[in-house]
Amino acid sequence: MITVRDVTKHFGTFAALDGISLEVPDGSLTALLGPSGSGKSTLLRVIAGLEGPDSGSVEINGQDATGVPPQRRGIGFVFQHYAAFKHMTVRDNVAFGLTVRKLPKGQVKGKVDELLGIVGLSGYQDRYPNQLSGGQRQRMALARALAVEPRVLLLDEPFGALDAKVRTELREWLRVLHERVPVTTILVTHDQEEAMSVADRIVVMNEGHIEQVGHPRELYDAPANQFVMGFLGPVSRLGERFVRPHDISVDSVPVDGGVQALVTRVVHLGFEVRAELRIDGEESVSVQLTRDDAHRLDLAPGEIVWLRPPRDERVLDVA
Amino acid sequence: MSATALPSSAASRRRARLPSGTLGLGIGTLWLSIIVLLPLSAVVARAFDGGLSTFWDAVSNRQAVSALTFTVGVSIVAAAVNAVMGTLLAWVLVRDRFRGKGLVNAFVDLPFALPTIVAGLTLLALYGPRSPIGVNVAFTQFAVLLALLFVTMPFVVRAVQPVLIEIDREMEQAALSLGASNGTVFRRIILPNLVPALLSGAALAFARAVGEFGSVILISGNIPFQTQVSSVYAFKLIESDAPISAAAVSTVLLAISLVVLIGIRGLGRWGARHDR
Amino acid sequence: MIVERRWRIGLRVVALGWFLLLLLAPVGLVFYRTFEHGVGAVIDSITTPAAVSAFWLTIEVTAIAVPLNAIVGVLMALALARGRFRGKALLNGLLDLPFAISPVVIGLSLVLLYGRTGWFGPWLADHGIQIIFSVPGIVLATIFVSLPFVAREVTPVLREIGDEQEQAAATLGAGGWTTFRRITFPAIRWGLAYGIVLSVARAIGEFGAVSVVSGRVAGETMTLTLLVQQRFENFDLAGAYAASTLLAVIALLTLLVMTRINPRREEHDS
Repeated sequence: MITVRDVTKHFGTFAALDGISLEVPDGSLTALLGPSGSGKSTLLRVIAGLEGPDSGSVEINGQDATGVPPQRRGIGFVFQHYAAFKHMTVRDNVAFGLTVRKLPKGQVKGKVDELLGIVGLSGYQDRYPNQLSGGQRQRMALARALAVEPRVLLLDEPFGALDAKVRTELREWLRVLHERVPVTTILVTHDQEEAMSVADRIVVMNEGHIEQVGHPRELYDAPANQFVMGFLGPVSRLGERFVRPHDISVDSVPVDGGVQALVTRVVHLGFEVRAELRIDGEESVSVQLTRDDAHRLDLAPGEIVWLRPPRDERVLDVA
Repeated sequence: MSATALPSSAASRRRARLPSGTLGLGIGTLWLSIIVLLPLSAVVARAFDGGLSTFWDAVSNRQAVSALTFTVGVSIVAAAVNAVMGTLLAWVLVRDRFRGKGLVNAFVDLPFALPTIVAGLTLLALYGPRSPIGVNVAFTQFAVLLALLFVTMPFVVRAVQPVLIEIDREMEQAALSLGASNGTVFRRIILPNLVPALLSGAALAFARAVGEFGSVILISGNIPFQTQVSSVYAFKLIESDAPISAAAVSTVLLAISLVVLIGIRGLGRWGARHDR
Repeated sequence: MIVERRWRIGLRVVALGWFLLLLLAPVGLVFYRTFEHGVGAVIDSITTPAAVSAFWLTIEVTAIAVPLNAIVGVLMALALARGRFRGKALLNGLLDLPFAISPVVIGLSLVLLYGRTGWFGPWLADHGIQIIFSVPGIVLATIFVSLPFVAREVTPVLREIGDEQEQAAATLGAGGWTTFRRITFPAIRWGLAYGIVLSVARAIGEFGAVSVVSGRVAGETMTLTLLVQQRFENFDLAGAYAASTLLAVIALLTLLVMTRINPRREEHDS
C-alpha cells in the first residue's frame, strides 16, 4: 500500500502538485491520468524519490519514505524514452540492479534469462540497445525494473514514444504481465483509452489536484465533474445537462420530455453513426447511434427528430 | 519577367549550379599542399639527406634521446592530470550552478587565445624567482609540466563538456531507481559514456604538449639533459646551422603527431559505436 | 545523480581552485605588475618605435593570412560537407595537422623550403625574392598555423543545414554565386565569424614558427610576440610585461567576441 499525504510541489511559482492525498492498494494497477501539466509525472517522481516534495509525506508499505533516496525505496521505474544504458548489452542492462546488490554471478544469469523469457526477449542477451526496436527497448526496461523485485513498479508514459500499433500490443501485454507478476503498479498516461483498457483504478488529475479516483467504469458512467467527464469520453450538452452522445435517445415522433432538433450533418463510421443536430437554431448537439438505429430513423440532414436525455444517473448537471 | 515564365530551354539545359564541392576540393587541396604538405615533406626529405645512419645519429644521440624521453614523459603526465582535472572542471561547469560560472566557462578558452610566450611569462611571474607567494619552480622539470598544464587545459574540458550536456539524465535516474549509489552511477553509467571524448581530448592535449615551445622556454631554462624539450633542442640545432639534425628530430616529432591524430580519428569512430 | 551539497561544494572548490592557480592568478598577476608603476609608463612602453612597428607588423601579417584562410576555409568546408569524393578522410586529416605539429617544426619546414639552402632557395635568390628572415616568411608561417579554424567551424554548420535550401534556390533560377551569396553565406555567417575570430587570435599569438623564420630584425621582422621575448632577454621586464598585457588584452577581447557569437551560433543552427 502506498499512501501519499498532502503532498505539495512547486517549480518556481508553478504549483505542480497542490496538497495531493492518495492511497494505492497493494497489487493494483493504477493509472494517473490527466493532461500535460496536471502533475501526474511529478507525483510519480515524488513517489519514486526522484523529486522531493515541498511538504507532505509518502509512505510505502507502512514505512515513511519521504526522506529516503530512490536507491532505497524498493521501486522500479520505467521511463518514456527507455533510459537504456546504451553502452551495455541487454543482459548487462537487465542485470544492473542485481550486480549493484552484489548477487553471485550464476544467480544473476539465471534471473536475467528468466526475465528476458517473461518479456519475450530470449536470445537478445548480447545485443545492444541501439540494435533493438522501441518496443523491444521498453520491454527490456521493464525486465530491468522487475529484476530487483520492486515493491512498486512506476511507469512514466511508457508507451508514449512508440508507434500506435506497438502501443496497443504492449498495453495488452502489460495487462497480462501484471496478472502474471502482480506487483503494485502505477502508470502515468494522458491517453484515456490506455488508462481505461489497462488499469483497474484510475486517478484523474488536473492542475495539481485529484479530480476523481475510481474504477474505469465508475469514472465513465458517474463522473464527479465536467472535467472528468470530458476527459474520459465524448460529451454533449443538452439544455442544462451534460450527457454522453450515445446515451441520447433519438425518435422520429414527439415524445414526453423530448426536445425538437434539426439534423445538420450525418457521418457514417462503419458500425456507428454520428450526427450533428441543432436545437432552437442555436445550440449544436452531437449524437451517436448504431447503424441499425440510424437506418430505422432514416436519419439525414434536414430531418426533424426528438431528443431525449437518458436515465438520471447518466447525466451531469451543469454546475 | 513574369513570375510564371518558365526558364528558357537553354538555361534549363545548364545543370543547376549549386555552390559545389569540386571547386572547394581543388582549391583546398592545392592550398593544403602548398602551405602544409610541401614544407613538411621538405623536413622529412632533409632528415634523410645524409642517409639513414646520419638520421639515426641525429635522433639517437644522448641529448636527443634525453630531450625526447623528457618531452614525451612530461606530456603524458600533463595529459593525464588534465584528463582528471579537465573532467572535473567540465562536470562543475555543466552540473553546478554558481555566480560567475559563465565567466569561468569563457575563460577556459584563454590558453587557446593567449600567445604561448605570454603564457610562459605569466607563469614565470607567479611561480618564478620573483614570486609574490614565495613559490619558485623556475628551471625545474616541474616548471615544464606547469607550462604544459596551462596550454593544454582547455582540451579535455571542451571535449567532455558537450558529452556531459548530451548525456541522458534518465539513464542516471534509472540507475538510481535500481539501487545504485552516486559513486556507482558515476563509475558505471556516466564515465563509460565520457571515456571516448575524454581520451580524444587527452590525446590532443598530449600532441600539443609534445610540440610546445613558447610557454616552456622562459620558465624552464632549457637546461640540456634536464629541462630541455625536443622542440627547444630542434630550435637550438637550427640556430647552430645543423639543418639535417634539426630535420631528423623534427621528423620524429612529426611522426608522433601523426600517430596521435590517427588514434584520435579511430577513437571518434569507436566512441560512436553505440549511438543511434 | 542527486549530488549531496557537501560533495557539490567540494568539487566546485577543487575545480575553481585549479582554475585559479593555473590560469587566473598568473594572468592577473602580470596585469597587476604591469600597472604597478602607473599607466603612464605602460603607455610609453607600448608606444616606442619598436613596439609600434611590431604591432603593425603583427596586424599586417594577420590581415593577409586570415582572409586567405577564411576564403579557402569556406571552399574546403563546402567540399567536405557537400562533396562526394574519395580521400575525404585524408583531407580531413591534413586539416588537423596544424593543430598537432610543433611550431618549431613548422618554422623549420619553411626554412627548408624557402631558405638559402632550401628546395626553392637558389631559385628565390636568383630572382631576388627574400622569404625567410623577411615578412613573407612570417606570413607563410602564420597562414600555416591558422589554416584549419574556418574550415573546422563552417563544415559542421553546412552539414547540419543540408543543401535543400540551395537546391530550392537553384530550381527558382539562382546561379551558383547568387545562391552562395543569398542562401549559403547567411546560413554560415556565425560559424564563419567564430572561425575568423579563432584564426585572428591564433595568428596574433603565434610565436614558435615565427621565431624560426623571422631573424628578429627590429622594425622589420619583429612581431609583438617576438618583442616580448626580446625585451625579456634584455632584462626589460617592465617592457615585456607591457607588451604581454597588450597581447593579453587582445586575447581577452577575442574571448569576449567569442562569447557574444556563441549564442548566435547555436540559435541559428536550430
